[in-house]
Amino acid sequence: MGATHLPSTEFDGLDVDDQLEAQAEAVLGAPDAPMVQLLSPEGTLGTDPVFSEYAARLDAAKLRGFYADMAKIRRFDVEATALQRQGQLALWVPLTGQEAAQIGSGRASQPQDYIFPTYREHGVALTRKVDLAELLRQFRGVSNGGWNPKDTNFHLYTLVLAAQTPHAVGYAMGIQRDQKLAAARAAAGGTGPERQAPKAAVMVYFGDGASSEGDVHESMVFASSYNAPVVFFCQNNHWAISVPTAVQTRIPLSNRAKGYGFPGIRVDGNDVIAVHAVTEWALERAREGKSPVLIEAFTYRVGAHTTADDPTKYRGSEEEAQWRAKDPLERLEKYLRAEGFADDAFFEQVRADGDELAAYVRKTTHDLETPDIRTAFANTYAEAHPLIAEELAWFEDYSAGFADEAGAGGSGNQADTDGAAS
Amino acid sequence: MTTMTIAKAINEGLRATLANNPRTLLMGEDIGPLGGVYRVTDGLIREFGADRVVDTPLAESGIIGTAIGLALSGYRPVCEIQFDGFVFPGFNQITTQLAKMHSRSNGNLTVPVVIRIPYGGGIGSIEHHSESPEALFAHTAGLRIITPSNPHDAYWMIQQAVDCLDPVIVFEPKRRYWLKGDVDTDAPGRSADPFAAHVLRAGTEATVVAYGPLVPVALAAANAAAEDGHSIEVIDLRSISPIDFDTVTDSVRKTGRLIVAHEAPTFGGIGGEIAARVSERAFHSLEAPVIRVGGFHMPYPVAKVEEDYLPDIDRILEALERALSY
Ligand SMILES: Cc1ncc(C[n+]2csc(CCOP(=O)(O)OP(=O)(O)O)c2C)c(N)n1
Repeated sequence: MGATHLPSTEFDGLDVDDQLEAQAEAVLGAPDAPMVQLLSPEGTLGTDPVFSEYAARLDAAKLRGFYADMAKIRRFDVEATALQRQGQLALWVPLTGQEAAQIGSGRASQPQDYIFPTYREHGVALTRKVDLAELLRQFRGVSNGGWNPKDTNFHLYTLVLAAQTPHAVGYAMGIQRDQKLAAARAAAGGTGPERQAPKAAVMVYFGDGASSEGDVHESMVFASSYNAPVVFFCQNNHWAISVPTAVQTRIPLSNRAKGYGFPGIRVDGNDVIAVHAVTEWALERAREGKSPVLIEAFTYRVGAHTTADDPTKYRGSEEEAQWRAKDPLERLEKYLRAEGFADDAFFEQVRADGDELAAYVRKTTHDLETPDIRTAFANTYAEAHPLIAEELAWFEDYSAGFADEAGAGGSGNQADTDGAAS
Repeated sequence: MTTMTIAKAINEGLRATLANNPRTLLMGEDIGPLGGVYRVTDGLIREFGADRVVDTPLAESGIIGTAIGLALSGYRPVCEIQFDGFVFPGFNQITTQLAKMHSRSNGNLTVPVVIRIPYGGGIGSIEHHSESPEALFAHTAGLRIITPSNPHDAYWMIQQAVDCLDPVIVFEPKRRYWLKGDVDTDAPGRSADPFAAHVLRAGTEATVVAYGPLVPVALAAANAAAEDGHSIEVIDLRSISPIDFDTVTDSVRKTGRLIVAHEAPTFGGIGGEIAARVSERAFHSLEAPVIRVGGFHMPYPVAKVEEDYLPDIDRILEALERALSY
């Protein structure tokens, strides 16, 4: 691999005794994984034997688009954090630092692909054209979802870590079956509503902490066994709340893919060009039915885990400073300016667009409608259900009692006992 | 009308569903060439191929989780969990994901996944092969739970489960897999209400509600009571979630006494739910407290003593005697 494949530093300086280290070395071999990087922190573009070809597909307009998305979502993040501080959101999960991982990968997907996020993928949501105000419904406590996944092929956030990973593989198995059904139908001379071309893949996001959950293992086994068209996208942002990656794994996460029998790639997650290239490669591979792929985006959560968290309790400010120097926006800005792809006016416009988005989000958040609990009665089951009907009837009667109270007095009883019935 | 066992009836029901709907598929451990450890899927892989009858990796969370994904993409997966005690690695997926996908998507997504679980004791098996965990699932909103007790119901209920837009868990009474009975494959069974209880035997002095493996026991107890001159009504609940409380309450209004029998421990079980509902709905009709007959509050005991654990005819008769003494 070329000089552009930088060694990881993740396993340097681990506080383990020498003997243990030697043992691990003997068993595992060199513990670093090569890392794909195209755009350096200084803003210069390097080359890569495989992925330069993908980077070459990006013209100035596309690169400006990457920057605009990253800046927008960072601005959105600031706004949502402020909204939480003002009591408008119950919680916020900031993404600052991870913009390149999310915009780069999300932009590499195609509309027919289906995306399963975890709960921090606001940037990916932006690339899928999810209304960011809808994204806030869950955090405002007016919905457990907030958008219709069918509109954008962007699934709901999942708060149970890793639970979405087998869903992604199952969905990918469904795409595989659709193709077979379509082929069978075509062979029989018929046409039908089956998903035909263009071919689709599934991408699923999860964190380095979530990678320890059994569901990730099981879904990788399924993906491999059935060669499902799925891309596992792990954002290794180095911390699972307060626990460092080293507690989740002793080897680079991307190396795990080998054990399942498909490619694993570590990419500089702060390099939007490399992330885009690697993800495009992986999704193409998956769509062609060649194999699943695991991508580990090596990045950093610069801020708190959530607005409920205090990172000063578990990590030093030098570490944060080191990573701030690798900022994904700054390095793309340097590159865009150096190449003459963007000027002051462009960056001004991006800032103005960000402020506009923030104002929109601020306004719409206040206006997000609180649902009637009757919608929960309506949506617990897809088909009619007698217990729901009974409890809803009771609730209506009970509520009506309060409305009547001023007048004739309430009748709040569950009046279905013999006494009342006979 | 043909005669077959419950296992064969489910097999035929699955066959019909696979033949009728190209988007139905079966998933589970050893369900392919082996036909499942109880041979319920016997022969289906030969007929429908390995894409429709899928031998999965040995991973319950993976089975349920990928079934959710398949359902989201328009398929109708029917998962087999090999034994009751092994559903728990998949419990997270069933309770936090499967049960809630429809509501958390504000009704936009449906996940019509069917999970078949052979359950209950009485087969002299070892640990984790004889449990009745239905109450753990019934407590979770968003799931439907049914349990056939005879071949005719088994044949139709599995097909109805696949048709249902909601997730359905089918608890199959494994000690009755070899129970034979008539199956009317031409009956309009598919359109009948799979969640309705059936009155199997009319009576006037007390009602016995049972489901799954205890239905034949309840019928036998009612027959024994009849020899002593008592008229006992027997209801096969068929559905554990939702529960057809109307049929149960109507019966209690007539008989004035209620016994609920199941294999699962009585504490926190379905029997308690039925007792509570009936006392809310028909308190003035009750001549005696509702009596529960069930398992003890202990892990399912070793096979050599399971006869002392499992409710049998005598335990139901004892409960009847107590109820009739009020
Ligand atoms: C099954 C489960 N256990 C615990 C939690 C609580 N929790 C929420 S986020 C988190 C850390 C996740 O870290 P990681 O997977 O690295 O993702 P990140 O938040 O860093 O993106 C924990 C422990 C949870 N949501 N789900």
